[in-house]
Amino acid sequence: MNVLRFMIDNADKCWLLTWEHIWIVSVAIFLAILIGVPTGIAITRSERAAQNVINAANVLMTTPSIALFGIMLPILSIVNLGLGKVPAVIALVLYCQLPIIRNTYTAIRNVPPELVEAARGLGMSPWRVLREIEIPLAIPVIIAGLRTAAVMSIGIAAIAAYIGAGGLGVFIQQGIARTYQEMIITGAVLVSVLAIGVDGGMALLERLVTPRGLKIGQAGVS
Amino acid sequence: MKGWCNKGYRMFLILLLIAVGVGLDRVGLIGYFSDPYELAYTLHLMGQHMTMVAVSMTLATAAGLGVGIVFTRPVFRRLAGIIMYIVGLGQTVPSLAVIALAMSFLGIGFKTAVFALFVYSILPIARNTLAGITSVPPWMIDAAKGMGMSNTRILWEVELPNAMQVILTGFRISLVINIGTAALAFLIGAGGLGEQIFTGIDLMRPDKLLAGAIPTILLALGCDFMVELLGFILIPKGLRFKGQASA
Repeated sequence: MNVLRFMIDNADKCWLLTWEHIWIVSVAIFLAILIGVPTGIAITRSERAAQNVINAANVLMTTPSIALFGIMLPILSIVNLGLGKVPAVIALVLYCQLPIIRNTYTAIRNVPPELVEAARGLGMSPWRVLREIEIPLAIPVIIAGLRTAAVMSIGIAAIAAYIGAGGLGVFIQQGIARTYQEMIITGAVLVSVLAIGVDGGMALLERLVTPRGLKIGQAGVS
Repeated sequence: MKGWCNKGYRMFLILLLIAVGVGLDRVGLIGYFSDPYELAYTLHLMGQHMTMVAVSMTLATAAGLGVGIVFTRPVFRRLAGIIMYIVGLGQTVPSLAVIALAMSFLGIGFKTAVFALFVYSILPIARNTLAGITSVPPWMIDAAKGMGMSNTRILWEVELPNAMQVILTGFRISLVINIGTAALAFLIGAGGLGEQIFTGIDLMRPDKLLAGAIPTILLALGCDFMVELLGFILIPKGLRFKGQASA
């Protein structure tokens, strides 16, 4: 119950750090969508490019997060941005690329070719086919990718507290440094609740954006 | 045109290598590693890191496979959905939170870190084992039954080989996450390559930092590659396919 006491006593700090956490992750996800979705769509036009891009994203994903922060630190400190929110957001954007690109790519590739043919037969331009047929059909799978990306980002953003990005990781970092059990548990619980909540919310969103006719027999790519 | 492109590409690679070399020298990493004491220390930390990963992964693989196999047996099959849900929920919990919680209950040290890594690594393996075995087509099992195979033989000779691709993907994800999380184990006093990284950040010493970060990345990429090779041994020839991994 000491943990609850701690949370009540430090309610404003809890809110502040939670907001900071959400803010970092949202900025990163927003940028990652801007980069990832167009890339995912672009690479459906060339098999070879797709292989290369996905492999590169895979290597990024395999890189441990704290090691990536470490590598970026000397590089970014040339422009005086080694610590703080900027490197954290850059790292998160890089990590989000794999789920977003891969899911966009698979989703667009899995649009039944007869639908595309039919649309073309109606005289739609490639751009309109993309906008009115391929993207709406692909949206649920793209959202599934975003869900993976968001949950992962929340976890990595917690580690980013060690490079001074703020967020809920601060509670964990300072709690460990002071062996302050209540603080550690508060940080860990809040960050876990945030991740589970976002996961649930995105799952709901995924269901909402699925066109009704597609709910039967959809294969989940998560 | 193509030959020219190839030449340009090679030129670019060489220039990149030179740039990386100069960069590392400027940062001081080469000087750092030419100090015999520091090199030995980094190797020692790497050994610690690998021990941590090896112990926790061995335990987690056994536990994950066990959970996956038990909950796909006919008796417990009803529970598979619930277990899958719990595992999925557990996977959304951030790694730093797991490490921190383990520390606040078990105190600091190597054992705590191994325990936290073990718990965190079970999830992807259990999940993929469940998913892999569940997705073995029922007609295949019917055929095996029709041939008079016992349940144990069906498990070993039909279900596991067919699920191996998915299980191995789970193992790979788990291993890579484990290596990354083991770098955080320094925070709870278990050593490992994270020590170089965190100390490097705190002291703002890029050489020390890179001496931890680069081996960690190489370790992760190397293990990723090794598991891919493992697939050639473990997956029967007839069953190999170029499927996309479910993450």
